[in-house]
Amino acid sequence: MIAQEIVQVITLVLILVGAALAVSFKDLLASILALAGASLLVSLEFYILQAPDVAIAEAAIGAALTTAIYVIALRRTRRKEKE
Amino acid sequence: MRGEMSVIVRTIARITYALILVFGFYVILHGHLTPGGGFQGGAVVASGFALLPVAFGAAAAKRYLNPSLMRHLEEVGSLAFLALGFLGIGISFFYNVLANSGSLFGAAVPFGPNSGILNSAGTLPFMNWAVGLKVMTGLMTIVLVLLIGAGKEGKD
Repeated sequence: MIAQEIVQVITLVLILVGAALAVSFKDLLASILALAGASLLVSLEFYILQAPDVAIAEAAIGAALTTAIYVIALRRTRRKEKE
Repeated sequence: MRGEMSVIVRTIARITYALILVFGFYVILHGHLTPGGGFQGGAVVASGFALLPVAFGAAAAKRYLNPSLMRHLEEVGSLAFLALGFLGIGISFFYNVLANSGSLFGAAVPFGPNSGILNSAGTLPFMNWAVGLKVMTGLMTIVLVLLIGAGKEGKD
């Protein structure tokens, strides 16, 4: 039980780190990838909390599809954020 | 060709494309037994399809995937779900007429714990396939329309 809580705390801290990186990166492609990583960790957290149904949906939509949509949108705009 | 990514990405996409599609169809087919169902499996299949334009470029993806065909398949999926809902209208809306009837997906489930019988649950697997068809084609239409809009004007 204590091991599960340690894994949970590590996952939650990594989610926060990924979300903070997604906000703070000036390179928007790196920002998209940080958001995809945070989304994948959210999916892992759903699986730990015994909701595999939600975890599959989050991994498919949050990590894969929105990343593809953001990359397509990024092709038509600037890659670097203005200072 | 422009819009293509590197050899590494294209090779990995060729290998994982079939695996993602098979896993998505597995999630849809086993929707009444295991976690997941039509929506989750359809989203997995759509993310496998979305790998194609990202890895091989929009022009190559548009050769294989037709947006108007996708739109019509989405309509077929929603109409099939509605028709399955009306199948047992003589008793009640969404009544499961196919369960325990001996037809496809109509096997009777024995009492007591079992490991899950795939050939059971009546209309539920058909509803999962209808929802899966609708979700995979709907999400793929979004990606394709974005790609067509992205390639229409400007330098890219």
